[in-house]
Amino acid sequence: MFGKLSWDAVPFHEPIVMITIAMVALGGLALFAAITYFKKWTYLWTEWLTSVDHKKIGVMYVIVAMVMLLRGFADAIMMRTQLAMATEGSPGYLPPEHYDQIFTAHGVIMIIFMAMPFFTGLMNLALPLQIGARDVAYPFLNSLSFWLLVSGVVLINLSLGVGEFAKTGWVAYPPLSGLQYSPGVGVDYYIWALQLSGLGTTLTGVNFLATVLKMRAPGMKLMDMPIFTWTCTWANVLIVASFPILAATMALLSLDRYLDFHIFTNELGGNPMMYVNLFWAWGHPEVYILILPAFGIFSEVISTFTGKRLFGHHSMVYASGAISVLGFMVWLHHFFTMGSGASVNAFFGLATMLISIPTGVKLFNWLFTIYHGRLRMTSQVLWTLGFMVTFAIGGMTGVLLAIPGADFVLHNSLFVIAHFHNVIIGGAVFGYIAGFSFYFPKAFGFKLHEGWGKAAFWLWISGFFVAFMPLYALGFMGMTRRLNATTNPEWVPYLYVAMFGALMIAAGIACQLIQLYVSVRDRKQNLCESGDPWNGHTLEWSTSSPPPFYNFAVIPTANTIDAFTEAKEDGTAYQKPAHYEPIHMPNNTATGVVMGALLTVFGFAMIWHIWWLAIVGLVGTIGYFIVHAARDDQGYMVPVETIERIEAEQHARLVAEKKIPANRVETPLEQV
Amino acid sequence: MSKNRYPRLLGFLPLLGMLLMLGGCKWTLLDPKGQVGLDERNLIITATLLMLLVVVPVIIMTFAFAWKYRASNTSATYAPKWSHSTKIEIAVWLVPILIIVALGYVTYKSTHALDPYRPLESDVKPINIEVVALDWKWLFIYPDLGIATVNQIRFPEHTPLNFKITSDAVMNSFFIPALGGQIYAMAGMQTKLHLIANQKAEMEGISANYSGAGFTGMKFKAISTSQEDFNAWVAEVKAAPKQLDQAEYDALTKPSQNNPVALYSSYEPNLFQKIVDKYEGMKPGKPVKHEKKEVAAAEGSDTGSNSTAGAEE
Repeated sequence: MFGKLSWDAVPFHEPIVMITIAMVALGGLALFAAITYFKKWTYLWTEWLTSVDHKKIGVMYVIVAMVMLLRGFADAIMMRTQLAMATEGSPGYLPPEHYDQIFTAHGVIMIIFMAMPFFTGLMNLALPLQIGARDVAYPFLNSLSFWLLVSGVVLINLSLGVGEFAKTGWVAYPPLSGLQYSPGVGVDYYIWALQLSGLGTTLTGVNFLATVLKMRAPGMKLMDMPIFTWTCTWANVLIVASFPILAATMALLSLDRYLDFHIFTNELGGNPMMYVNLFWAWGHPEVYILILPAFGIFSEVISTFTGKRLFGHHSMVYASGAISVLGFMVWLHHFFTMGSGASVNAFFGLATMLISIPTGVKLFNWLFTIYHGRLRMTSQVLWTLGFMVTFAIGGMTGVLLAIPGADFVLHNSLFVIAHFHNVIIGGAVFGYIAGFSFYFPKAFGFKLHEGWGKAAFWLWISGFFVAFMPLYALGFMGMTRRLNATTNPEWVPYLYVAMFGALMIAAGIACQLIQLYVSVRDRKQNLCESGDPWNGHTLEWSTSSPPPFYNFAVIPTANTIDAFTEAKEDGTAYQKPAHYEPIHMPNNTATGVVMGALLTVFGFAMIWHIWWLAIVGLVGTIGYFIVHAARDDQGYMVPVETIERIEAEQHARLVAEKKIPANRVETPLEQV
Repeated sequence: MSKNRYPRLLGFLPLLGMLLMLGGCKWTLLDPKGQVGLDERNLIITATLLMLLVVVPVIIMTFAFAWKYRASNTSATYAPKWSHSTKIEIAVWLVPILIIVALGYVTYKSTHALDPYRPLESDVKPINIEVVALDWKWLFIYPDLGIATVNQIRFPEHTPLNFKITSDAVMNSFFIPALGGQIYAMAGMQTKLHLIANQKAEMEGISANYSGAGFTGMKFKAISTSQEDFNAWVAEVKAAPKQLDQAEYDALTKPSQNNPVALYSSYEPNLFQKIVDKYEGMKPGKPVKHEKKEVAAAEGSDTGSNSTAGAEE
């Protein structure tokens, strides 16, 4: 009846797990009680959970990302504590079967359930606004993508209390991840969490590609799209091209695990090396999916806060494109040590190095954007400058690893750990945090507290260096990754320092939480509802904050890259049209939530071999979708009166914030 | 006071460098005991210095530009519309390209020179060692000497070591950091590694690819000795009471953690080949002739026509 599921699946004997579950349960109960007490369930359901508005979906993505950042970071602290304790023969406090799950979960969570939703959230929030669109091309699909991500999040968090998570490392190489060596449900949790959220990511990629291709403001040429939109677009190209590889690889691994196939097994003709190739054929583009949007954010931040155009916009677009294309041709550098022969290794080493050329160009272009500018040292700029310094170092160690001769001794060592945290924290995460505080006012109409933001920056960046520079050193001392205990006394001080660095980052995260609290509390002092807090360049700043649900009362035109700057300079910004037209908007729908929930049930049933429930979940999902697709929902028209009322409020705000003179004589736009 | 502060700070820098260097002496990869490791270390240093040619200026420029063009410095030029300069564009593409061309040359050369499959040039007759990764210990077979060991190898210094590596469990990576590069150990496959010790030393050997619960304890000692000491050790192993027959090997393949060293005076004939072949049962086509392949590999041509990614099947 319940497949492999029984009460034995709950780890009652593990106090750490049980206490965590108890705390999560208490927190969940408190949240549930609070929502009930304040009677917010209807609001939550109608305004958020069933919303197809890209801005709200974006906010929900970022909330998921931040919650998962805390979860993934808790794993990190546990690992560092274990390694600081388990030295010179001491076993530490985490037995291998628990420790191995933690480092696997840390990797999966931070990449798939923290970084990906963070980038997707920022893209959701800003991209349609940047190109002057009212929503994405397929608003319902966007909602579905989000709920597929949530399915994955639910499954990976369930694995904490029901059963186990994979003990394979986040790459889950077979044969270790095969049925013979991992008979438990851990790898199945891994497979289905990745499958469901990966499907969501693929749909997001399709959706946003269609959006930039079909829904740009009139006059906006492809090459004139704002840089963040461009880098996201390249990331979406990579998503559409690479995530199907992940889906196929996971499907093949599932065949091995569920139907006794021998695709990746040792025996009967299986070939584990195939998995390694396929995994990285997705895995390497994936890191560029994470970093490219961050590059876009840094470009926006730098050009905005220097009060200057971005230097070499076209160069940046081509460089991002070069990175995307080359990113697909370098996967083998993750396993030079497989014995591919010198010519193959040399090819992939050289291809990898080529990527540092467009990346170097980007760094120089940011520098020349600052050149002859007026740089305001806001927290977003600090994150960007911190990124430029940190990333230069991380890029260098990356190129070093691309040299096969050097990789043979550095491969899988803590040097590699230090390198990719150097580029992912110092690159992607710094970018997302900068983007978070850059776009926060756009989403909520007030700015974040600068002091706490800067404190967070200084703790994060110094914490990063203190935590990861010792790992570079440990790599040179021959310490390999994924050890759960060490015996070499010379490594101990470095492990202590790394632990201290992790605590500094923890303090940085605490500053961010305090920053959020203080900013919400004092929001009245930091209001910027008229929509342009930073003197921005592009169209997202031309509408109010938060923008009306239809984004733009009149679809704007854009004839240059920095359309809003141009408009502000020639006095055509904030023009009121002669009259408004009704606006066509999509209806909210619960289909995304319901399908996400049913697919979570399906995934859970597959993991535990509860076949009847899996069939119910899958048939239910498809059935519900057919019902959704068959009904005739044409959306609705926003009446002109509503638009006029909302726009009059915005006009009053603009006057109040002295963006336009109260007695301005409107010269109505003609194309309306 | 303020006059004194500067020189004192500067005086601190060389001291810091000295400390780093002193620390560096204990860093296994920076103080290798074998020629391969030495070449790999020199490669790392050369490449790093080459890259620092760009990285250091970028970091300095970041600080300098951010300081010079800070908003409060109204005396600096402000050109809000300036966003293109063909000269600068050419320079920013050209500088990284030049560095990468130089680095690419170094990479191409070193990748061939340091190919782990390439036998080392030496007048001394090499020692053959067959390596089998098991859950979670290393089995070593000396085919020319008829002995086998677990979790320990000995070999004479200045003698090329020819490793043939496979696995009878999951994937591992065979790695002696002090001697140089590593290579994966995979079931049904045979990879190769060539190393040499330049001096007498007792070194750590590890698995550098996570392989499950007992991975942390999957360590061995690699000991380079004088030829006489090595001969004496071989004689000792040949007199060892244990023999690695099929039953003993089957027991050895059972998962176990933190295995002690074991010495075997003999082993099941052709054991290594049997372990590799065991996984080939269902493959189509004729059985692979391993001897023939080896010749091809020694000549430097690409082998493994029916393998996916490199390692010979």
